[in-house]
Amino acid sequence: MTKNDLIIETILMAGKIMIENGADMARVDDTLTRIARNAGIDNPKIFETTTGILMSIPEQSSAQVEPIQKRTIDLEKVSLVNQNSRAFQDGQISLEEFRNNLVKLNISTPFFSFWLQLIAAVVVSVTLMIMYGGSWHDMIATAFAGGFGYSCYYLINNRLNIRFVSEFLASFLIGVIAVLFVRLQWGTQIGMITIGGVMPLVPGVPITNAVRDVFAGHFLSGMARAMEALLSACAIGMGIAFVFRFL
Amino acid sequence: MLVQLAWALLLFSAFYEGRKRMIIIQIICSYLATIGFGIIVNIPHKALNSCGWVGVLGWVMYLVVKAADGGTMLANAVAALAIGLSSIFMARRLKMPMILFNIPSLVPLVPGGQAYKAVRNFAIGNDLAAISNLVQVAMIAGAIAMGFFVSELVARTYFRIIIKH
Repeated sequence: MTKNDLIIETILMAGKIMIENGADMARVDDTLTRIARNAGIDNPKIFETTTGILMSIPEQSSAQVEPIQKRTIDLEKVSLVNQNSRAFQDGQISLEEFRNNLVKLNISTPFFSFWLQLIAAVVVSVTLMIMYGGSWHDMIATAFAGGFGYSCYYLINNRLNIRFVSEFLASFLIGVIAVLFVRLQWGTQIGMITIGGVMPLVPGVPITNAVRDVFAGHFLSGMARAMEALLSACAIGMGIAFVFRFL
Repeated sequence: MLVQLAWALLLFSAFYEGRKRMIIIQIICSYLATIGFGIIVNIPHKALNSCGWVGVLGWVMYLVVKAADGGTMLANAVAALAIGLSSIFMARRLKMPMILFNIPSLVPLVPGGQAYKAVRNFAIGNDLAAISNLVQVAMIAGAIAMGFFVSELVARTYFRIIIKH
C-alpha cells in the first residue's frame, strides 16, 4: 500500500466514524482537513455529507468514496477520534498507529450499560417533569412511563434495527401507561406524565446538528439531519396521537 | 464560568424572594436531567460533570429571563446563548468537541409541552389550536437556533481578536 492510499483510508475511516456517531459537519470537515494537512497533503479535496464522503488528492487521478448507511449516537467515539487526531498533529503517533487506533476504537469503545441508561432515562423523565411544573404525585407514574418507553425504544433499536418504528411504539407505550396510571388514580396529569416520559426519546442530536450544519454552510447535510429529526418527532407524535384517538 | 453562575444565581434569587427551596430543586433537577441525557448519548465520563453545570447555567438563565417578564422566545434565545458560550469555553478547557456539552444541556429547553399540546389538539380534531401550538414550537426552535448562532459568532470574533493581538 502506498502512502497516499494509507492517508486516504485513514481519513475516510475517521470521517465515517465521526458522521456515523453524530458529529456535526463543520467539525468533521475541520478534523479531516487537519489530518490530511498533517499527513503532508497541502491541498486535500474532501466533500462530506450525512450519507457519504468523497475524497481525492490533487496529484492522483482517482477519488475514493465511502458510503455511510447507519447513523447512531455515540459521542464518546467522536471525542476519541478527535483525541487521536490531536495526538497525530503533535507527532505522538504515526499514521499507521492512527489507523489501527481508529479500527480499535470503532469496535471496542465501551457504552454505558443498559441498566445505567435505563436509570438515566428514568432520571431525565422525572426531573424534567418536575422542572416543567408537574406535581410530585406524578413521579412514580413518570418513572414507569420513561423507563418502559426507553426500554422499548432501546430493545427495538438494537434487536430489529428499525429506526422510526421504535420511536412510534415507545411513545405509544408511554401514552398507554400515562392513561392507565391516571385512570387507576395513581397519577394526576396525563399531559405532564407523557411529556416527561417522552423526553429521553427526543431527537436532540439531529436537531442541534441540523441547525449548526445549516449555519456552517453544509446545506445538504443540514437538510438531511432536519429530515431525520422531523421524522423522529412525527413518529413520537403519532404514537401519542394514537393513544388520544382510541383510548 | 463560576462568576457567571454566581451572578445568575444572585439575579435569580432577587426575583424569587422567599422561594429558595424551589430554586434549589430546579438546579438539582436540571443538573440531573443534563447528566442523564449525557449518559443516554454516551459522552465520555470526564465530561459528565462540566456538562451538568452547563445545563444548569442554561436553565437558570431561562428562568431568570422568564421571571423578568422577558417572554418565552427571549428566554430560550438567552439560554441557548449561555449554553453555546459556556460549552465553547468547556470544549477549550477539556479539549473535547463542543457538541458533547451543548446537546445534553439543550434538552430542558426543547419545546416538549407545546409539541405535546399540538399533537393532542390535532388528535382531538381541534386544528386551529394545534396550528397555533405548532407555530409556537417552530418559533421556540428558531429562538434556540438564533441563540446558538449568536454564541458562535461571538466566540469566532473573540478568538479572531485574540489571535490578532
